[in-house]
Amino acid sequence: MQHMSKFWVILTHTYMSRLKTKSFIISTIITLLFILGLANIQSIMEFFSDESADKIAVIDESELLWEPLMMNAEAVGEDLQLIEFTGDEESGKAAVEKEDYKALVVLTLNDNQLPEATYYANNISDMGNQMFIEQQLQQLKVAMATQQSGIDQETLADINEPVVFQTIALDETAKSMEELNEARGIVYVMLFVLYFTVMAYGQMIMTDVANEKSSRVMEILVSSAPAVTHMFAKILGIALLGLTQVGTFILVGYLLISSKQGELVGGIFEYLGFQDISPSVYIYAIVFFLLGYLLYATLAAMLGSLVRRVEDAGQMMMPLIFLVMIAFFIAMYGLNVPDSTLINVTSYIPFFSPMIMFMRVGMLDVPAWEIVLSIGILVATIILIAVIGARVYKGGVLMYGRSSSWKDFKRAMTLSKKES
Amino acid sequence: MALILKQVTKRYGKETAVDHLSLEIPEREMFGFLGGNGAGKTTTFRMILGLLDMTEGEITWNGESINYGKSHLIGYLPEERGLYPKLTVKEQIIYLGKLRGMKKQKIVQELENWLERFKVTEYMNKRVEELSKGNQQKIQFISAVIHNPNLLILDEPFSGLDPVNVEMLKSAVVDLKEQGTSIVFSSHRMEHVEELCEHLCILHKGSPVVKGSLREIKRSFGKKNLLIHADTSLEFLQKVPGVIQYKKVADGCELQIENEDVSQQIFSELQGKGFVRKFELEEPSLNDIFIEKVGAAYE
Repeated sequence: MQHMSKFWVILTHTYMSRLKTKSFIISTIITLLFILGLANIQSIMEFFSDESADKIAVIDESELLWEPLMMNAEAVGEDLQLIEFTGDEESGKAAVEKEDYKALVVLTLNDNQLPEATYYANNISDMGNQMFIEQQLQQLKVAMATQQSGIDQETLADINEPVVFQTIALDETAKSMEELNEARGIVYVMLFVLYFTVMAYGQMIMTDVANEKSSRVMEILVSSAPAVTHMFAKILGIALLGLTQVGTFILVGYLLISSKQGELVGGIFEYLGFQDISPSVYIYAIVFFLLGYLLYATLAAMLGSLVRRVEDAGQMMMPLIFLVMIAFFIAMYGLNVPDSTLINVTSYIPFFSPMIMFMRVGMLDVPAWEIVLSIGILVATIILIAVIGARVYKGGVLMYGRSSSWKDFKRAMTLSKKES
Repeated sequence: MALILKQVTKRYGKETAVDHLSLEIPEREMFGFLGGNGAGKTTTFRMILGLLDMTEGEITWNGESINYGKSHLIGYLPEERGLYPKLTVKEQIIYLGKLRGMKKQKIVQELENWLERFKVTEYMNKRVEELSKGNQQKIQFISAVIHNPNLLILDEPFSGLDPVNVEMLKSAVVDLKEQGTSIVFSSHRMEHVEELCEHLCILHKGSPVVKGSLREIKRSFGKKNLLIHADTSLEFLQKVPGVIQYKKVADGCELQIENEDVSQQIFSELQGKGFVRKFELEEPSLNDIFIEKVGAAYE
C-alpha cells in the first residue's frame, strides 16, 4: 500500500515537473503551430502565390492554331492568360524581358502540317506554364493528326480509353486490394507514431534518470522508495505525459479538420483508409504500441541509470535509436512485401516485433497463434529487461565518477548483487 | 532496542570494503563513525539502508531488518549531496517529504520551522541552483530530517561548511537527539565525534580498529597526556620512567605518559626546579588513540 502511494508520488512528480518545463511547452506549441499550418496549407499557398494570372504572349505564325488553343485553355480554366501578340518575334521577346509578359510562345506548323511551338521566358524553371501549354498543344496535335488520317471521333475515344485491369485474390481470407491500401494507411500512421514516441519519450526518460543521477538526488530517492518502483513510476509518468501531448495534437488536429470538412479531409482520410478498417486492427495497434513503448522505455531507463553525466545520455541513446530505426526501415520495406521471409522472422524478434508484427497483422491475415507467440516473446522480453533493468538501476544509481562505458553495466550488476 | 550489525561484510570482487563489522548502536544516542576515504563508512551506511546488499552478515533495527516499509522512520543525508537544481526549495522538500510518507501541509509547516531555525526563510521559493553551497547543504539536511525520523544517518554532515554553519548544524543534530532520534554519523574530523558522540567506531580499511563508548575507549587506552608550562628547561623529564613521548612546545612541553601515576612522579620531580605555571593532566585525544592503533597519522 505504501509502495503504491510512493509510486503515485513519483509518477505525479515526473509528470508535473516535465509538464511545466519550458522545453515541453515550447515543443508542444511549435508542433501545434505546425499542425495549424498543415491544416491551412491551401490558404497559405494561395496567400503567397501571385494574385493575378500569368500573362503569356502568343504569336501564331500558322494563323490556324490560336483559336483552338485559346478555347481549350479557357475550358480548362488554368490560372494563366493567353494573349495574342501582334508584333513580331523580336518585340515579343523584348516585352518578355521587360516583364510585360511571363513568356512568349511562337506557334508554327511543321512540314506535316502539325503544330510546333517555341517557348521563350526569362527563366524556364517554372515548369507549370510550360507543361500546360505543351499539353494543350499535344491534344491539338492528336486531334489534327487523326483528322488528317481520316479517323473518326468514336474510334479515337476507343483508342484513348484505359484498359480494364482487375486484381482479385483467389485466397478468400486474403485482403482485397482496397483493404490492403486501407491497412497500409493505418500501418503507416502507427509506425510513425511508435517511432516518434520511442525517440522523443525514450530520450526524455533517459535524460530524466541521468539528471537525477548526475545531480546526486538519486541516492535520496532510492533510499525512500525501491529502485523498481522508481523506474516504473518514471516510465509511466512519461507515458502519461506523452499521451497528454499526443492527445492535444490529435484533439486540435481533429477540431481543425472537422471545421474544414470537405475541403481536404475526405481526401486524406480516404487515402489513408481510416474509413472502414476492422476494429481488431485498432486493438492490435494499441496493444503493440503499448508493448513497444514499455520495451523501449524500460531499456531507456536502464541505460539512463548507467549514465554518469547528462552529456553522456546521448551516447547511451544511440543503440536504442539504431534499434528503432532498423525496426522502422524493415517495417517500411515490409509495407510492399509483407509476406517476405525477412518480415516473417523479424516479426518475432522483440525489438522489431511491435512494428513489424503489427504491420503483418494489418496487411495480411496472420494466424492467431503467430500473433500470440510474438506478443508472448515481447512480454517475456519486457519482463526480463525490467528485472535486469531494476538491478542495473539499483546498482547504477550508486555509481558516480567521470567515465561512462559498457563496463559499468557489469559493475552495476555486481553492485546490486548479493554474492560477487 | 538498537541498531545491530552482525559480522557485516561487503566484497566487490576481490576487494573487501567492509570486513566482518559487528556493532551495537544504542537508541537515542549519537554514534560516530570515523575513518578516512575508502575506510568503508559510506558502504556501511548504504548496507544499513538496504541500498546495497551485504555479502555476509545481518543488520537489524529493533529486532527487524530494515526495508522500504520503514523508510518514513529513517532519515538519510548522503555523502554525495544532491538536490534537483531546477526545483525550488519548497517543491523539492515537498516531493522528498511525500516520499517519506508525509502530507503536504505538514511538510510546509515543518519546512518553515527549519528555514527559520537556519535563518534562511527567504529561500523558500528560490531554486536550489541559486543558493550557495553552504545553504544547499542546509536544505539537504532539512530533506533528511523533515519527517522527524527515529533513525538518522548522516554521512559527513559537516564537511564543506564554514564554522558558523557547522555550529548551527551541530546544535540541530543535538536537539534531534534530545528529542529521541537515534543518530549515526560519519566524519573524518576526530573533534566532531569527540564532541558529540557517546559511542563510536573507528574504521580502517573496512575493519573496526576501535569501538565502544568514548569514555571507555579513553579510559582503557590508559595513556594520558601531560601539559607542563614552566620557566626552566624540562628536558630531564624524558628520562623519567613511564614517559613515552616528549614534545617541546613554546612554553614548556607535552608528554605522553603510561598512566596517571606517572604524573605524580613527575610532579614531585619538578619540586624546586623552578616556577611552574601550568600542570595539566589530559585525556588522550581520539587522534592519539587512532595513531596508536593504526600506526600512522590520520590526516
